[in-house]
This record gives sequence, structure tokens and C-alpha cells, in this order.
Amino acid sequence: MANTDNIAIKVEHISKTFRLPHEKNSSIKGALINLRKRKKGYEKQHVLKDISFEIKKGEFFGIVGRNGSGKSTLLKLLAGIYTPDSGAIHVSGKLTPFIELGVGFNPDLTGRENVFLNGALLGFTRKEMLAMYDDIVDFAEIERFMDQKLKNYSSGMQVRLAFSIAIRAKGDILLLDEVLAVGDSAFQQKCYNYFEELKEQKRTVVFVSHDMDAVRRFCNQAIYIREGSFIKKGMPVEIADIYLEDNMESTRKAKSGLDMPKTSKLSAKVIAQKDDAVEVEFTYKSNEKDDMYLGISVIKDGISIAELNTSRDTLLKSSGRARYYLDTTPFNGGLYTIGAGLFRAKNAELLSINNNKAQFIVKGSDPTKGGALKLADTWKYE
Amino acid sequence: MKQFLTKQNKALLSELVRTDFKLRYQGSVLGYAWSLLRPLLIFVILYVVFVKFLKLGDGVPHFPIYLLLGIVMWNFFNEMTVQSTTSIVGRGDLIRKIRIPRWMIVFSSSLSALINLALNLVVVAIFMIINGVEIHSSLPLIILALLEVYMFALGLSLFLAALFVKFRDVSYIWEVVLQAGFYMTPILYPLSKITNVTLQKLIMLNPMAQAIQDARYAAVTHASPTIYQVFEGGYYKFIPFAIVLVVLVGGLLYFKKEAKYFAENI
Repeated sequence: MANTDNIAIKVEHISKTFRLPHEKNSSIKGALINLRKRKKGYEKQHVLKDISFEIKKGEFFGIVGRNGSGKSTLLKLLAGIYTPDSGAIHVSGKLTPFIELGVGFNPDLTGRENVFLNGALLGFTRKEMLAMYDDIVDFAEIERFMDQKLKNYSSGMQVRLAFSIAIRAKGDILLLDEVLAVGDSAFQQKCYNYFEELKEQKRTVVFVSHDMDAVRRFCNQAIYIREGSFIKKGMPVEIADIYLEDNMESTRKAKSGLDMPKTSKLSAKVIAQKDDAVEVEFTYKSNEKDDMYLGISVIKDGISIAELNTSRDTLLKSSGRARYYLDTTPFNGGLYTIGAGLFRAKNAELLSINNNKAQFIVKGSDPTKGGALKLADTWKYE
Repeated sequence: MKQFLTKQNKALLSELVRTDFKLRYQGSVLGYAWSLLRPLLIFVILYVVFVKFLKLGDGVPHFPIYLLLGIVMWNFFNEMTVQSTTSIVGRGDLIRKIRIPRWMIVFSSSLSALINLALNLVVVAIFMIINGVEIHSSLPLIILALLEVYMFALGLSLFLAALFVKFRDVSYIWEVVLQAGFYMTPILYPLSKITNVTLQKLIMLNPMAQAIQDARYAAVTHASPTIYQVFEGGYYKFIPFAIVLVVLVGGLLYFKKEAKYFAENI
């Protein structure tokens, strides 16, 4: 029992089931009818199955999973909003959940009144709120509007005000849902600065997200959840890789059923992958009489990082296969997608694009690097 | 229900009650004055109809005050239970997103009703002075009657609020029950108008009837028959108190059992 002192949250074999009503019949009549028919008016959905893990004090702990994997439910269980069906959660210290910003904000109250209400919900006394009221307003930069009703605020102002209160929370353990980091990029930057601060202060933070860059950047431990089951606990880079692989698998499944264009067909496939390279094969077939060329782009996070085509190399006729050998050594870790298009050579008209997604993952192991390109640490210091 | 009133809970409670009051009369010209005006106007209507036209209060000294006190107490019971019924669902946004003690939401709506009651009692006191009601030494006993009504209403509020999460019919059913309760309780008519002794006894088993009669006896006139006079000897006179106790404990237990699942059931 020597190391129990530094455990902030201990989760032991928790399971959670939701009852999903077949139709919303929260009336006595509905209940009576179901009783008479001896029919259960609901379906059971196992959202979490036998999950156990520990979070140490001072850890920035990520919970990662795809949509519907149960990660938000897990966060709500940790927050004490839901009660597990079985298992136990031990929390040592005061816990402040941020499932959403500005909980309890009421449009008919003034900004000032909302600050005090929200503060009380976060566990502050009125005296404490009075002491930091000016700081909150300053930080949110909406001094002039504090005596106006919240419904007259722009959504940006509301978020700023809510965030400005939230960052004063002094709980030992903070639960952050990814919805925190919504809004414009300037606000996102503010959020990230706050996360950075929390990390420096060695506060215990539980962070739910599917933004793998944020997970890699802030977390020092993470777990992966798939369909309500615990898959792995590990370093954020490993966990991020599992997430990306999972995501790729499902998009592949989703895309395979699509119709291909009639006159021209093009598909791309990763046929071989090594640590430092992938080989992609493109299969094309067209009724086109003219010469054609193939263009490809390498995409990461929705941004094309490289584009090239075969027009200078060789022109293509009606049908065939082409392979491209892609050296991935300059790439950072992450998920990459190959987009391909078949073009008519004389007027560069697009005839077909690949209907499937050819994707590959570059394993990343260096958490100090982000973005698509891996640059060397050629620093100079003075 | 550990750590019943920590510093944080107190702060939250006061914020919730404050918000409640601010929002209640949002946009009305007279604002808070309505807390007093509404029961007064209702009182005037009932007074004109039942005292002036139907002459129900003949023979009861200070009948207008007697009537007013009964209405104020019933209104409190009515307001508190009705508001509490929808309180948990109405605050669903909080319950789904943060961890606050669930009972606090019902408790805060009960406090706003209590504050309203206090304001109304001030009006009753003013009328008592105008009407020249003599102050009995039994006056402080009214506190006990009010406490009993509060506990009864609190037990029902907890039960109804938890039940409403599952069955939205509850609010409609409760409205009807309240209407029936209003006429089954000797509020508009003095108990002496019920000549059937068995019926009189049955009526007095209702905690609201017993508490209102006690309060009238304590504050307005000893001509108000209480349960002790109706039953004289025997243990039957303790039934209303037993009902209050059962409702309060039952309400607390049911609420506690259901509270765990509010977030997912709302």
C-alpha cells in the first residue's frame, strides 16, 4: 500500500449500461401497456465493460476512443454524474468537471449574475467570487457588457466569459472534455495555453479527446477505449497510433460500397509498407481515346502536403496499373491519405478520382515533433 | 446526504434561490410585489364569494383572517410541491453536466417557496393588527404547524420530483390531487359546517387540515376546532403526524435511490 498516496483516481472494473427506450414513453400509460404486454420498453446498451485503470497525481491523462466508444460516458462516471452499474471509482482530492463551458448560464440573467451563478456551481463562495470578479471580467474583455443580459451576447463573448471563470477552478483534479477546445483558432490557442499552464503546475488532468495532436502534445499517459472495452494504456504516441489505425479501418469499410464512375475508373491501394516507405498501386480503366495522366496528392489532416503527376514522365492509355514508391522518412508520425486523379492530357480535365481512400500510418515516436514534416533538431543557442 | 451544508453548498444554494427569484418576475412591471399581490387578490375573490355572498364564516370570529391564513398556508404547500415536481427535470442542464448534490435543487425550490411564505405571513400579520385580533399566548405554536406543513411538502416534493423524471404525467395528476385536496381541507369553510362527525374526523386526518386548524387556533381564534378536540382521547389524533413522518422519510429514501440515475433518465 506504499504507492496509494500518489493515486488520484482509481477505477476498478466499472461497467455501465444504458436503457434505450424503444420510443420515448415516459408516461404512466406507456409503462402500463408495456407491463401488460410483459414487454420491456427498452433495449440495453453496454456502454462500458469492465474498465480498470489508475491515474497518478500530477498526470495529464488522456482518454482516447472513436465516437461512441464510451469515452464521454467514462468521463461522466469519473465526474460522479452517472453511477456505474458495477465496480468502483476512488477519487482522492477535490474534482472539478468541465463537461461543458458555462454550465447553468441563463440567457435572462445579466453577465454579472451569470458569473456568480456559474462560480457557485464550480464550488466558489460568493466572497471568493467577489475577490476575483474583476480579473474574470478583464480576462474575458467584456467589461462594458456585464450588466446586459446574456442573451444579448455574441456566442464568442459567452464562451470567453465562461472560459474566464472556468480557468479559476482550483480543484485537485480537472476533468476536461474536448468540447472545451471549440471556437475560433484564437480561442483554441487560449485553451491550449491554459492546458500548458496546468501541465506546468503538475495538476492532475483527465482529458477526453479525439484530437490526436492535442493528446500527443499534452498528455503523459493515455488509455484507448474501443466499443466500451479497455484496449490499452500507454504513452500518448502509441495510443494515438491505435486511434489512427482504427479510424483508417473504418473509413476503408465505409468507402468500399461506393459506385465508381462509369466511363473511367481509378483506385489506389497501399500494397507494401516498410518503416521508411510505402508502395502505392493505382489501377485505372477508361473509355477515353486521348492520352491521360495520373496525379496524386499526399494529404495529412485535410491538407495536401505534396502533389505530383505523371504528365512529364509518361502518358497513359485506356487501362493499366502504376506504382509509386513513397519515401516516408521526411514524414512525422500520423495518418496520411493518398488522393489520386485521372486527367485528360490535352485539357487537364478530371476524368475520375480514386473512389477508395488509400491510407497509411507513419509511426511517430517523438512527441516533440508535430505537423507533417519531420525537421532535424539543428538548433543553435546563444 | 453527507456534509449537508458545506460552505460551497451554502453558496450554491443561495445562488440558486437568488436566480429563482430574479427569473420569476422577469419582465413584469410590479416585479416582486406580485409575490404579495397574487395571494391578496385571490384572497379578495374568495372573501367576496364565500364570506359576503355565501356567508360561510358566520359565527367564526375574525373569519377573514382565518380564511387568509388558511389560504396562505395552502398556497405555500401548493407552490412548493408544484415547483419542486418539475425542478429536477427543469435543471436537467446542470444535472447532466456537473456534480451537485441532487437534493439541493429540490431544497432550493423549497426555500424560494418558504421566502414567499414569510412575505405572505407579514401581510397576514398586518391584517391581524388592522382587524384587531387579540394576541394569544399560543401564537408561537404557529411555528410548529408551519414546520409540519414544510416537512410534509418537502417529503412530497422529493418524491414527486424523482417520479417526474420517469413519468411526466405526474405533474398533471398532482394538479388534480391538489384541487381535490383544496376542497377536502377546511380552508374556505369552517370545520363546524361539516355536521357529520365521522366525516369531520376523516377530514382532520389530513395533515394539511390538522396543521391549518392548529395554526388558526394558535394565531387567530380558539374557536377553530383542532384535531385534539375532534378526537379527544385515543391515539387517532397522531395519525396526521405519522403521515407526515412516513411521507418525509419515504420521499427522502425514494429520492436518494433514484437520484443516481437522474442524469441518464432526464
